[in-house]
Amino acid sequence: MSQLIWNGLFVGSFYALVALGYSMVYGIIKLLNFAHGDLYMLGAFSGFAMLGAMGGLVKSQSLLALFIVLLLAMLTTGLSGVVLERVAYRPLRRAPRLALLITAVGASFALEYGTRIVAGANPKVYPVRLGGTTLHVFGARITVQQLALVGVAVALMVALHLLITRSRQGRAMRAIALDPRAALLMGVDVDKVIARTFFIGSALAGAAGVMAGGYYGKIDFLMGFIIGLKAFTAAVIGGIGNMQGTMLGGLVLGLLESFGTHWLGGEWRDVFAFGCLILFLTVRPTGLLGERVTERV
Amino acid sequence: MTAGDGPPVKPVVGRGPTFITRLMESRWLGWAGLAVGLGAPLVIATPYALNIMTSAVIFVMLAVGLNIVVGYCGLLDLGFAAFFAVGAYTSGILANELEIPLLATVPAVIVVTVIAGIVIGAPTLRLRSDYLAIVTLGFGEIIRIVANNLDITGGPSGIYGIPGLSAFGVDLSEPVVFYWVTVLIVALAVLFAARLGRSRLGRAWRFVREDEDAAEASGIHTYQVKLSAYIAGAVWGGLAGVLFAGQLSAVSPASFTFLQSALVLMAVVLGGMGSTPGVVLGAVFISLLPELLRDFADYRFFVFGVLLIVVMIVRPQGLWPHRSSESARTAARSRTGPPGEPATDSKGAS
Repeated sequence: MSQLIWNGLFVGSFYALVALGYSMVYGIIKLLNFAHGDLYMLGAFSGFAMLGAMGGLVKSQSLLALFIVLLLAMLTTGLSGVVLERVAYRPLRRAPRLALLITAVGASFALEYGTRIVAGANPKVYPVRLGGTTLHVFGARITVQQLALVGVAVALMVALHLLITRSRQGRAMRAIALDPRAALLMGVDVDKVIARTFFIGSALAGAAGVMAGGYYGKIDFLMGFIIGLKAFTAAVIGGIGNMQGTMLGGLVLGLLESFGTHWLGGEWRDVFAFGCLILFLTVRPTGLLGERVTERV
Repeated sequence: MTAGDGPPVKPVVGRGPTFITRLMESRWLGWAGLAVGLGAPLVIATPYALNIMTSAVIFVMLAVGLNIVVGYCGLLDLGFAAFFAVGAYTSGILANELEIPLLATVPAVIVVTVIAGIVIGAPTLRLRSDYLAIVTLGFGEIIRIVANNLDITGGPSGIYGIPGLSAFGVDLSEPVVFYWVTVLIVALAVLFAARLGRSRLGRAWRFVREDEDAAEASGIHTYQVKLSAYIAGAVWGGLAGVLFAGQLSAVSPASFTFLQSALVLMAVVLGGMGSTPGVVLGAVFISLLPELLRDFADYRFFVFGVLLIVVMIVRPQGLWPHRSSESARTAARSRTGPPGEPATDSKGAS
């Protein structure tokens, strides 16, 4: 039982990290960034490339090396997110929503198969494998590495929360989410703030990608597809556009999946998760913490 | 006929449609396409070529079905392969278990795909349109995983030994005959979809796509209209699945990945959303392209992705856009100007 809860929370913190980027972008420009899961994949691959380049350091100080790589990969995916926004989404910001969604699908495709061209179709094995001392807490087996990863995830989320609620930058983001045109009139540089939002969201996804690579050990160019869907599910469960809600949604989805897997068997895990998505959209489309949004004409 | 796509102020008098425009809107075009389709085996009829051509024609049917949802009604469906799968599996399983001919499964396939369309469409179509996109994406995965896990669908290896197409005791499963039958069935489906797009319901779909709030305010029940588009798309997809089962006589989950859905979407977007000839041409193009570009197989999907972005930015109406125009009969009825004025329609490209 406590093992199931811990597993759920562990996976859930990954989902939350990826879902935050989804939710931030959605909150600000009302775009479902389908390519978000692929930025997670990009993070895993750039981390893989950097670990390969670092060579010797990886062997002696694997956790430290992983942290350095984590930061660099966050920078890489963050910049990729900014480029993506600049090239694919900005020209269409005033276009119909359908055009934006189709562009997002195209971006996702381009990222996936671009990575495939560069890195090859076969799965790659991470040179660092986290696994190690096991602790027993309330009958659940917890490894130190799991704790470290959850710690990093929580630290990133707290930092994001502080950024959004306390900083000038965060205030600008919230202003744009409320009303982009009024924010522009009040002197907010909308384009710049949106670019920064993409940077932060993509960097979080990249961090999750590196951590998943280090923990599970195997990455491939389609790994972002399912996690993107799961992250969206998490965001919907929590309330898309709402930061605390999204974090909560990630954890809830992790727990649901963990118990669902236990009851139904592993092969039904994804079906169960998407079933939850459809159920939530039917029963409570605004999510657990989301407020009712009226569409403005 | 205004050539631009801005808001038309007054009809341009004295400059008729160009030769290409007239050609592209000619009513003989459909017949020409059908003739090309039927005549193709006379040019090349190796088993391999026939196989590719049959697949291409089935792909046309899929694209026309998705065009109803995406092109006419403006709803993004990213899990269209799911309905394809539902149709293929339903007809395959029924034909195998009950030992009935493939065509006899068609009513059951229609019922099942309609139910599938309602199950997915009913909860999500009430919400913002972008939710539909991602729910259909999830639905596509659900169907594939379910087919992979259940016993009745044969698990990962799928079902096989599905009887070929036959009607009134005549065996139609000979490759050339099957190809011709497929072309005729798909031609009917294309025609029907195009007529549906011009019907009262079709006009409602386009209205919802252009401006949902205005449509609602004009008395269109947008939810019902959207659901009907979704269900119509599902039925088209399911019927394409029946043809698919008949062609391969085997169905497995590997045929119904997200890639398949994305390719159908690509065909619709590239050809021109809402434009029947554009979508048909787009589908033929997308399905035959891999055969022409074997050496670039690795780059193909990357190029598709980039192409989707470029088309949306540079030419969102597609390569062969839909032009809305009144038929001569309704134009004559609604004409208010003096009789001498030429009856150029005042609507631009939508």
